[in-house]
Amino acid sequence: MKRLTILASVLLIMALLAACAGGPAAPASTGSDTSADTASDTTADTGSSEAPATTAQEVLIGYTASNTGKYNVESSRQVNGFDLWMKQVNDAGGLTLPDGTVLTFAGKSYDDESNTDRVQELYTRLATEDGANFLISPYSSGLTSASSVIAEQYGKVMVTTGAASDDTYKQGYTGVYQVYTPASKYLTGAVDMLKADAPDAKKLAIVHENDKFSTGVAESVKAYAEGLGYEIVLFEGYDSATTDFAPFINKIQQSEPDAILGGGHFQDGSTFARQLAEKQVDVPWVALLVAPPEPTFAELGDAAVGVIGPSQWEPQAKFTAEAAAADGITWAGPTGDEFGQAYMDAYGEEPSYHAAGGYIAGLVLAEAIKNAGSLDDAAVKKAMDELDLMTFYGHLQFESGADAHGLQTGHDMVFVQWQKDADGNLVKEVVWPAAGRTADPITR
Amino acid sequence: MIDQLLASVTDGMLVGVVYGLAAMGLTLIFGVMNVINLAHGPIMALGMFTVYLAYTSLGLNPFLGLLLAAGLGLILGVIIYWGAVHRVIDAPHLSSLLSTFSVNMIIIGIGTAIFSTSFRNVDYSLGIVTIGPITVPGTRFTSALLALGITGLLYLFLYRTRPGKYVRAVSDNRTSAGLMGIASNRVLALSFGLGTMLAALAGGLIAMALPFTILSGGSYELKSFVIVVLGGLGNPIGALLGGVILGLIEGLVPVFTKITWVPVIEFVLFVLILLVRPQGLFGAKQ
Repeated sequence: MKRLTILASVLLIMALLAACAGGPAAPASTGSDTSADTASDTTADTGSSEAPATTAQEVLIGYTASNTGKYNVESSRQVNGFDLWMKQVNDAGGLTLPDGTVLTFAGKSYDDESNTDRVQELYTRLATEDGANFLISPYSSGLTSASSVIAEQYGKVMVTTGAASDDTYKQGYTGVYQVYTPASKYLTGAVDMLKADAPDAKKLAIVHENDKFSTGVAESVKAYAEGLGYEIVLFEGYDSATTDFAPFINKIQQSEPDAILGGGHFQDGSTFARQLAEKQVDVPWVALLVAPPEPTFAELGDAAVGVIGPSQWEPQAKFTAEAAAADGITWAGPTGDEFGQAYMDAYGEEPSYHAAGGYIAGLVLAEAIKNAGSLDDAAVKKAMDELDLMTFYGHLQFESGADAHGLQTGHDMVFVQWQKDADGNLVKEVVWPAAGRTADPITR
Repeated sequence: MIDQLLASVTDGMLVGVVYGLAAMGLTLIFGVMNVINLAHGPIMALGMFTVYLAYTSLGLNPFLGLLLAAGLGLILGVIIYWGAVHRVIDAPHLSSLLSTFSVNMIIIGIGTAIFSTSFRNVDYSLGIVTIGPITVPGTRFTSALLALGITGLLYLFLYRTRPGKYVRAVSDNRTSAGLMGIASNRVLALSFGLGTMLAALAGGLIAMALPFTILSGGSYELKSFVIVVLGGLGNPIGALLGGVILGLIEGLVPVFTKITWVPVIEFVLFVLILLVRPQGLFGAKQ
């Protein structure tokens, strides 16, 4: 009995340790300064003698990257996109303000290990010790929620990307701005697509990761689908650490849905898709969050075929300066083709929407600074509130009311599906909205 | 409903056998030397990475990679025994707990530095096995068969070989075994190595079916504790049966309720067994 008592004690300790996964916070080890150049103090201006002297100033932007842990794939792409924006703007000579000040940008980042506790510690460091002027969010709604508290506490403007949960913007924050379409609209397009392309589909299984973002998406799409008359035959969450979906898949099969909607992030989503194929689940429509738009999703091979995913942006999207002008909206930044080519040149792969989101976070911040004409936090916040911008990524506008301040109101999703081309190669096609379709959707 | 039950029972048994193999390593060490090896989980993770690296870097078939994992597990176990366990084996339990916990932290620290905590997959397929309404990946099916085979070999080793008899003798009474001329310390080192070898093998089998990180061993270590209590402390065959029971719980509970109740039910069962039948369902080492 004594042994058993000891064993029970050990198990309790183990459980506590597991709850503290991530362990003791190690010293920040991967601080990196990605400044292109050290700014010079002053530069000559050839203007009139009354014009202010041109000064150069370096703007420090702080963020964390999930170099390790479950968000590694998405976060890496996001950081790549942001780095590309910073390199381009610095290579072009920086951003010139109306008073002649030339701003160049530098980044300061740490590895957050996909860990909420690390995020709070590191954003505090960025806002205080490192003296970051502005912040970019980490990847994921959970980590962003944690960093938002810190940004607000220190009065920093933070542009969030890779973070779609609506809740973060309903906390009364005044300086947190979202460039992603909110979670509440994330999967509703998939239901619209089913209604248009699979009118016989009536029963939906909604399964989701038990985290802030995925749960928010699932609850929103459930309400939306029920409103359209669909029967929800299964609505259930799974633990974020799940790697074995077999029991879950058996349950889905028993409910005999016409479509499976849900998922969570890249790791669980790609594992789920793989195991759906391994168990030969005969459900014609599967739409999963986050994972399918990633180019590396194609590594699943045949398991990827037919899987649909919502995307914040796709290279095929054609937003143009002309269309923006016709709508009376300011255009900023490169075209989609220019961005895609620059990203390909820099990283040797096609950009995903996570990469585009990282780039846009920098672009939006720069536009707000330019419109504000200074680095003053209050002026930049005002400029962000008033921003109405069209970019290669689409329309961007922020809610300025107190109820959901900073929530993205201008941007819409597209839906992609992995299909096989005539040569049997996996290709990603845009299947919704119908107006932007590059191929008709197929069943699995 | 019947189809779902059959599929769930099959999935549960297949994964449960592998859980049982992992728990067998833990219970073997406890049974022989009364040491609870808190480095069990990280050693499982090392088994996963051995198979992964053998497959991705050396191009070895994952099942051959298992042999490497077994060898590494055995050698590592002997090293851990002499380095961290031997001197505290007769000290109060807390000493060996802290010692093996330190080994746990060392392995996780080094593993995280080398491999990061990003997920890995052994992208290897053996096709699909379909029997009526039951469809399982070939790798899972083969892994379960191998786990059963390894259990059989362990049984043969313990009951049909001279070193196995030494292990049982030392387990029964270390002092008497020493008086009979058995080199107890070597047998203890071998036992510890066998325990870690089983952990590494279980890790390797899991890696063939599921994604993993260097931290993944932790959750399987927790399951192993539940299993050894179910099966009886120090009873390797009980551990296998305990693993199957745990696998069946994981497979069947979601049929009747939300999947998030699985760990609740597992740990309630753990407490109940401790209270009602502390020797485990299949009898503990006396």
